[in-house]
Amino acid sequence: MGHAAIVGIGHSRFGRAPDKQLHELAWQAIRQALQDAGVTQRDIQFLVVGNAGGWSSELLPAVVVGEYAGLTPVGSMRVEAACASGSAALRAAATAVESGKADIALAVGVEKMTESTTMQIVEMIGRAGSFFWEFEHFGLTFPGYYAMYATAYMHEYRAKEEDLAAVAVKNHYYASLNPYAHFQKQITIEDVMKSRYVAWPLKLYDCSPQTDGAAAVVVASEEMAKKLTDTPIWIRAQGVATGTANLSKRDNFLSLEPAVLAAEQAYKQVGIERSQSYKYFDVAEVHDCFTIAEIIAYEDLGFVERGQGYALAREGETYKGGRIPVNLDGGLKAKGHPIAATGVSMAVELTKQLRQQNPESRQADIKKGLAVAHNIGGTGHYAYVTIFSLNKDVRFT
Amino acid sequence: MSSKEEIERMVNQWLRFVEELMRNEGLPIVPDEKTGDPIWVDVRDMRFKYLIPVKRIKKFFDGLKEGKVYATKCPVKGIYYFPPQADCPACMDENVEWVEIKGEGELITFTKIFIKPFSFMHYPDYIVAIARMDEGFNILCWLSTDNPEEVKPGMRVKLVVKRREPEGFFSYYLEPSTPS
Repeated sequence: MGHAAIVGIGHSRFGRAPDKQLHELAWQAIRQALQDAGVTQRDIQFLVVGNAGGWSSELLPAVVVGEYAGLTPVGSMRVEAACASGSAALRAAATAVESGKADIALAVGVEKMTESTTMQIVEMIGRAGSFFWEFEHFGLTFPGYYAMYATAYMHEYRAKEEDLAAVAVKNHYYASLNPYAHFQKQITIEDVMKSRYVAWPLKLYDCSPQTDGAAAVVVASEEMAKKLTDTPIWIRAQGVATGTANLSKRDNFLSLEPAVLAAEQAYKQVGIERSQSYKYFDVAEVHDCFTIAEIIAYEDLGFVERGQGYALAREGETYKGGRIPVNLDGGLKAKGHPIAATGVSMAVELTKQLRQQNPESRQADIKKGLAVAHNIGGTGHYAYVTIFSLNKDVRFT
Repeated sequence: MSSKEEIERMVNQWLRFVEELMRNEGLPIVPDEKTGDPIWVDVRDMRFKYLIPVKRIKKFFDGLKEGKVYATKCPVKGIYYFPPQADCPACMDENVEWVEIKGEGELITFTKIFIKPFSFMHYPDYIVAIARMDEGFNILCWLSTDNPEEVKPGMRVKLVVKRREPEGFFSYYLEPSTPS
């Protein structure tokens, strides 16, 4: 197998976009990514569009996006892995390149959530589990699923709602430094605690918002990457695993098992020791669709021991300069979570981090040249853990 | 929080406004509520009503009508399936047995839903819980109780069959076990 590198990145502003349709939004990211890579549509040999859809009107988003972006007749597909659709798109594009089927591929993640009303979104996203046995009878909502993890976690480890709130405060802080983020204001623990319950124990400020957005990356083979750029960002390793659809089929609610498995796979490919994993990375992006999800992610990735994730958040150890900086772009919580754009957005952000292109206030110190993205679809339904590297061959023994 | 009827009334009022505007202006374009950007309001309605086959798990629903909750069990591997399924992927067979759940278990986790889907807005705020039954598998459903503040992981619960009102269909619920 060959190697695949990110050689171009593009990102729309995240937020409500009542001025743009799905393909117009995707084009914002695609144009930037092509220009950043120094390639044209004619150079793209495979197009993968991540889009969860349902709330937006286009049924065949890959084709619509391809047509609008001048990419027709490049071969394409739409991929769905719920909130991890972006990482799935990246995987499909990277696999095409690594296998030699394409020299250059384009991975796009796009979501136009606000084409539907909040009422329609709540109605639809509650079905993101096992429809008949969870939604039809029991009306679970998306925050409701994660709330059950929060209840179990807080009960087991005596964590408090204020501990969860610390994650929201950190991610709003970094979003306030990121002009592409949905939320531009800092918040306090009190703001979170005062917000109303959505699904106990989660409150409105524990939740990521409904966001429109797009992100795109140009993925190239080793030969092409070296022609196009001096700083290719290698997709060094990726682990993938899937959980049960029905929450009740899971053993415990303290960890997302597929995330642990995906991390193990990715770490093994690079020789990373799980219990010390934070020492290998300069920066991480984790899937904080809800505050509890970021805390569990710290533990599932081995940044800290089981039951200590909330302490890491409370003590500020995931700010820049701490044990490991996490979500320096504001995370899903405050940058926004346009479902399928999120995984590609993580790849864009970590590429910028490794290239050291962010403003000082939210640029991690790059010493090791390694970064990790943790992208979850549904409530632990899909898990993708991806390691990005400045060094193509990095391996620890 | 508005009631389901209020929301329905507001939506219908808004739709009438769009219809009138389309008739007068010749286009169904309204300003976005926050930015004023022009938004085309879809003229077509699409109504979903899924038709879900339950032939192979019909016994489960027959059981509910008799006040019983059934799981399936693989006679070869001894694996319980809940929700019940007719096929056993472990032994590659479909000769699963229907077994009545004893109905006692321990609460693992729960949440209370405050922001409800539209199709659930006519119910009072409800608790969704997951319990581990004594047989070793989990059940997710509503937990009904007169003392919601006493609900905690680890508490003993029992499974009961009740009609879901106002619709009147049979469903299963967890309830706190009465101390014996």
